[in-house]
Amino acid sequence: MAKKYDAIIIGAGHNGLINAAYLARAGKKVLVLERRHLVGGATVTEEIFPGFKFSVFSYVVSLLRPQIIQELQLPRFGLTILPLESTLTPLPNGDYLYRDSDHYRSLRDIARHSARDAEAYEEYNREMYFMAKAAQPIIDNPAPDPASLKPGELFRLARLGKNMLNMGPERLYTLAKLLTMSAADFVEQWFEAEPLIATLSASGIIGTNMGPRSPGTAYVLLHHYMGDIDGAFRAWGFPKGGTGAVAEAIARSARAFGAEIRCEAAVERVIIRNGRARGVVLNSGEEITCNVVVSSLDPKQTFLKLVDPALMPEELVQDIRRFNIRGSSAKVNLALDALPEFSCMPGKGNHLRGAISISPSLDYMERAYDDAKYGNIPRRPYIDIIIPSMIDPDMAPPGKHVMSCFVQWAPYELNQGTWDERREELGDNVIDTLEEYIPNIKSIILGRQVLSPWDIEQMTGLSEGNIFQGELTLSQLLFLRPAPGYARYRTPIHNYYQCGSGTHPGGGIMGASGRFAAMAILRSR
Amino acid sequence: MPLPTPFHRRTSALCQSQEWREWSGYLSAITYAPTHDIEYSAIRNAAGLIDISPLYKYEIHGADALALLNRIMTREIGRCKIGQVIYSPWCDDDGKIIDEGTIARLHNDSFRVTAADPNLRWFQDCGYGMHVEVRDVSAELAALALQGPNSRGILKTISPESDWDALKYYRLLKTEIGGIPVTVSRTGYTGDLGYELWIPAAHAEVVWDEIINAGRDYGLLPAGLAALDIVRLEAALRLIEVDYISAHRAINRAEEYSPYDLGLGWTVPRDKINFVGWRRLRREQQHGSSKRFVGLEVDWLALRKLFMRADLPPQVAGRTSRLGVPIYGNGIQIGQATSMTFSPTLKKYIAIGTVNRPHGLVGSEVEVEITVEYERKRAPARIVKTPFYSPKRKRA
Ligand SMILES: Cc1cc2nc3c(=O)[nH]c(=O)nc-3n(C[C@H](O)[C@H](O)[C@H](O)COP(=O)(O)OP(=O)(O)OC[C@H]3O[C@@H](n4cnc5c(N)ncnc54)[C@H](O)[C@@H]3O)c2cc1C
Repeated sequence: MAKKYDAIIIGAGHNGLINAAYLARAGKKVLVLERRHLVGGATVTEEIFPGFKFSVFSYVVSLLRPQIIQELQLPRFGLTILPLESTLTPLPNGDYLYRDSDHYRSLRDIARHSARDAEAYEEYNREMYFMAKAAQPIIDNPAPDPASLKPGELFRLARLGKNMLNMGPERLYTLAKLLTMSAADFVEQWFEAEPLIATLSASGIIGTNMGPRSPGTAYVLLHHYMGDIDGAFRAWGFPKGGTGAVAEAIARSARAFGAEIRCEAAVERVIIRNGRARGVVLNSGEEITCNVVVSSLDPKQTFLKLVDPALMPEELVQDIRRFNIRGSSAKVNLALDALPEFSCMPGKGNHLRGAISISPSLDYMERAYDDAKYGNIPRRPYIDIIIPSMIDPDMAPPGKHVMSCFVQWAPYELNQGTWDERREELGDNVIDTLEEYIPNIKSIILGRQVLSPWDIEQMTGLSEGNIFQGELTLSQLLFLRPAPGYARYRTPIHNYYQCGSGTHPGGGIMGASGRFAAMAILRSR
Repeated sequence: MPLPTPFHRRTSALCQSQEWREWSGYLSAITYAPTHDIEYSAIRNAAGLIDISPLYKYEIHGADALALLNRIMTREIGRCKIGQVIYSPWCDDDGKIIDEGTIARLHNDSFRVTAADPNLRWFQDCGYGMHVEVRDVSAELAALALQGPNSRGILKTISPESDWDALKYYRLLKTEIGGIPVTVSRTGYTGDLGYELWIPAAHAEVVWDEIINAGRDYGLLPAGLAALDIVRLEAALRLIEVDYISAHRAINRAEEYSPYDLGLGWTVPRDKINFVGWRRLRREQQHGSSKRFVGLEVDWLALRKLFMRADLPPQVAGRTSRLGVPIYGNGIQIGQATSMTFSPTLKKYIAIGTVNRPHGLVGSEVEVEITVEYERKRAPARIVKTPFYSPKRKRA
């Protein structure tokens, strides 16, 4: 029997690491157990081909809470965020829509597609600033429970309510629309140019098994707008070293506060005696005891796998079974011999230092979704591309490049065959799609890594490969995430807590779940 | 990457200072000469030529053109006869200013509107369902401001057929310059005698050359934005994004201004109804607004003393300072001065700004913040009537 810890955190994703760092910072003796050989979970950076570093799953940051960056002193431990300069939407007819930090140039390019949209663009950005500002207290506080009559809860609710009312009526109405509409309908209130509508509403379907026209997706769009990395509202950046560098910085900070991190230590189950968590058993059979166990895994694993569901209220078990965690995203990572040449914008320019979005029209997006909806591999998927080596040259050998393609939608379950057999078909479809815009793409590929939702599940442990540990629909947010009564990081088992993205305020490299969970644990000690 | 204006080949050849700034996405000279003062003097004593092409320009045509403009503008546009120009702000439903500009009546059902901000969508949306077409002609129309006491003489020389003496203030005339059809309005942003020329962009250089050549005998100089910023402040003309924020851009209530807040109450007729924002403006007219637009004269001798105490000559903005500074009344902050400059003509340090009512009555004594060697001081100032400078020739 090993030495006893105050807390054991299962999983060294960024939330588990943040949770550990905060507990260690408060003087607790903390151990993090990670199944894989490296920390990071869905944020890892790995050298899949020698010399080529892939930000394997996630690839950009924005939501990481400024409180965490400050309190865990992440810059001191190596966190550097590099700016993403631009957004390019290449079009099948050889045209494009291009936006970057040159304000007027971007407006002029939008005006080429619609003069009205160029004006609406500023209004839209302003409106989204207000929306994000209104929603920020939601992600910067634990979720109040409206069904509770405890004074503390009522106070939280009242504070949120006051914040909303301060917005003024028009903005409150916009917020109501944002919470209920589809991303496409919401965006179409301002715009008429297809590439702009499609590209903007794409933020609403990331990690979600819904199309841009599905109601509820407007909220997901807002979720992507709430970040204020380095003081710039809504800006997305690329961490130097890939998103793995974020996890590594957090791990360094956690260790500096005294936390222990053990890799290749998969937890088999949580030890429970007399309704209390007492420790964990590793796959190897090793038992480690502690006072508090914190799971950073998704709710399905936290409630149904790491512990015996029979120890829990039946209705909770059923709620968790019904929790939507459909995988819908895939990833294709490419090692390139040279830079891709876009036929719409040849040469090496700022358009290669930002996001490149294959989202020419709403119909295109809906068709991609339709394929996946019925269990097929989309022929022409929505692809969100970045070229990390253009932003951080250390990601690839000199002159060579890496390209990250986030693909939406890919069904977790195929209606024919298995992902193990058909994985490369998805890769082929992605490359064929890219070739329509980048004629030289096939000739410069040195290596490719195709990750279906099933592969994502196998590698990260995320159930069904859902990138957010559960979809970010309104029905699965706030006090409903992951289940009513359990949104405040507790479980029915004493001293067994949850801290992953499956809890409020949800997924993305945000860290709020890990931090709030630590605060809840420390308060109850 | 700002765009060149239609005059760029000419202006860039003349711009010795290489001082440029972006204006609505276009490249605009701040000064042509190494310093702006001779350009300022030219505008007030001879003539200055300013490239104002970056202004937004819209043409509104159709049977409902007048109805649309009356819906948008606070002023009664029906008063504007063919060949006349009228100034008006326009507001949102809360009666807060979106923008302001001039409206020229080209024909019965045809108007041209200038704006500081893009307004195509707003105008089109306000005209939904009406028999009217709103066109953005900003890129098709180059524009020049020919301003100063000698501007009329220059026009007479290059376009002798037109009757320039008969062209009254805020009136319009169609003429030809160098064979190019040009619309000339007797308007400007300098508070002086002056004209604005609306020119087909493709032929812009021809007109520029004609004016510059004829202007040689009249002391004409090309003038940049630095000189313009001083003369417009002497005329107490407000500048969007500096002296007020458009209601379409304001982030909080404090940044929004009604016409009454900006000293533009005269642009809201008491008997006009059903224009955007009219109910709120009616209420504000009855109950009073919360802010007051003010002109300030800073006590120059007292200001000098503050600097002398630090062994410095008065280091005040040679150009117009657009950094807002607090205005104090009886020791507490009552508002802010948003544009400030030394007026070479008046030999006074002047500013415009807004204060909270009931402060700011003409004649009252206040203080403004002045920084002397990194230290914040307060200099005495008096609220005065605006404009600070308005020569008779402007309207004569
Ligand atoms: C393909 C993809 C792209 C994405 N893109 C972005 C993006 O660009 N920007 C963004 O902000 N977000 C993105 N996300 C989402 C974001 O990465 C995740 O929401 C977030 O990283 C989840 O963090 P977590 O700490 O909550 O969980 P995880 O990262 O899932 O951490 C859980 C950890 O637990 C470990 N583990 C699992 N089982 C066990 C066990 N039994 N014992 C011990 N350890 C175990 C796992 O190996 C893992 O390290 C993306 C996700 C994916 C999958």
